[in-house]
Amino acid sequence: MSDVYVVGADMIKFGRFPAISVPKLGARAAHMALDDAGLTMNDIQALYSGNLVQAAAMVGQRILAEIGQTGIPVVNCANACATGATAFREGWMSIKAGVYDVVLCVGTEQMGKGLLGGGGGKKGIPTEGLLGSGTMPAVFAEAGMEHQRKYGTTLEQFAGVSVKNHHHSTMNPKAMYQIETPLETVMNAEMIAYPNTKLMCSVNVDGAAAAVICSEQKARELGLMSRAVRVRASVLTSDPYQERNLQMPDVNTCTQRAASTAYEAAGVGPDEIDLVELHDCFATAEILHYGNLGLCEPEDAGAFLDDGQTTLGGKCPVNVSGGLLSKGHPLGATGIANIYEICTHLRGEAGKRQVDGAKLGLTHVIGLGSACGIHILERPS
Amino acid sequence: MSSTASNNSEATGLLPIAPFLRISDQGEAHLEGSRCKSCGAVFLGERATCSKCTTRDQMEAIELSNRGELYVYSIVFRSFPGVEVPYVSAVVDLEGGGTVKGTLLNVDPDPEKIRMGMPVEVIYRKAPRKDAEGNEYLTYYFQPRG
Repeated sequence: MSDVYVVGADMIKFGRFPAISVPKLGARAAHMALDDAGLTMNDIQALYSGNLVQAAAMVGQRILAEIGQTGIPVVNCANACATGATAFREGWMSIKAGVYDVVLCVGTEQMGKGLLGGGGGKKGIPTEGLLGSGTMPAVFAEAGMEHQRKYGTTLEQFAGVSVKNHHHSTMNPKAMYQIETPLETVMNAEMIAYPNTKLMCSVNVDGAAAAVICSEQKARELGLMSRAVRVRASVLTSDPYQERNLQMPDVNTCTQRAASTAYEAAGVGPDEIDLVELHDCFATAEILHYGNLGLCEPEDAGAFLDDGQTTLGGKCPVNVSGGLLSKGHPLGATGIANIYEICTHLRGEAGKRQVDGAKLGLTHVIGLGSACGIHILERPS
Repeated sequence: MSSTASNNSEATGLLPIAPFLRISDQGEAHLEGSRCKSCGAVFLGERATCSKCTTRDQMEAIELSNRGELYVYSIVFRSFPGVEVPYVSAVVDLEGGGTVKGTLLNVDPDPEKIRMGMPVEVIYRKAPRKDAEGNEYLTYYFQPRG
């Protein structure tokens, strides 16, 4: 089986674009990724499109209507917040299987404002507030409180994640925000669901990201190897049975399993990873994943953050892009935007936020309910 | 045994807020779970196949306990329009198995006053909401157990 390489990747600057259609957002990112690779739609053999909110609306085909209806197969993917990573992985598998040589993966989302989640179905009465909370800030607050219960993680440590990621985003012109956000500001922001304040919740933004991926032989034929980022591992898991997970979504076990499978597939350990883009949908979540990804022992996660190990310049910088907390979280685009970020570092093109000498990077997303997608990427040789 | 009569005096004629809340003809309410006869896993509500061990048709319905302990919580200050805040969203492990999420009443919405691991009990009350047809519902809550 051929290795798979990312030969083009890009994302639009995340923001709020209510006047631009979802396919047009996707088309922009697709054109940018094609330009990055120096290819055209005539080179593309299949499209893997990720979008969640319009999952039934054939977003991939509508993107092709904007950039070229070449008649190629289109797969539309929806997998909660793992949607983009799933679309990328579907493309990766098609090349691994030898079906195609070069495919395009696009993730798009248009969000609106406000809370995601919430309890209750169509029947009966709304259960929100009566049967606890199904809002995402509360669900991830409870996941963080489990970490506090087990390991004594503090409110300041959770808030520190947001300080760090907002700091990183000041160096990323494609992030929604570029604003330094000190600890007092984070902790004094409106409390949404204790311990998550408003500044500890990811930003609802519109966005799109795309990647052109191809086989090694094709990359060589096209003369693209000098900037080609090798996919060392692509892993997707769902949440195995856990005692509590029907009432309390488990984002830990599926991450732990995906991480160990990915490290094994890549033949590397967590110590060899130079930077990580992980799913900081809420500040509480980032802390959990330090341990889940093996970056440190779970009980040391708060100290790992406090010591600056996950800040740019530290042992393993996490969410140098600004993360979902400040770059923004357009659900279906996030998984591919993370891959773009890692590729940018591995190519040495990340400017002020460049992780020096980055050789291996890891992306991680969680779709609640649950799906975990992890990719390990290696710099061009 | 099942919940006290005082908990259930209002239950007759009400619809359950969730399928796993069972109301007997006498107005007695309890939370229902199922246990796998093959591996012992306990679930909230009814099911035919065990998602832990995949065994089919070996699930037995069980009445879950009204006593448990607070596993984790969040204090919700921002919710959807019309939902009164703040409230405490709580995940509770029930004695004998089963985990259920609900709203914890009769505590201050203050992290200093809420202790993970504290004993709680399940209580049943008429829900303060009606559906579009005007039907009334029975809901459950948690409260500290002294």
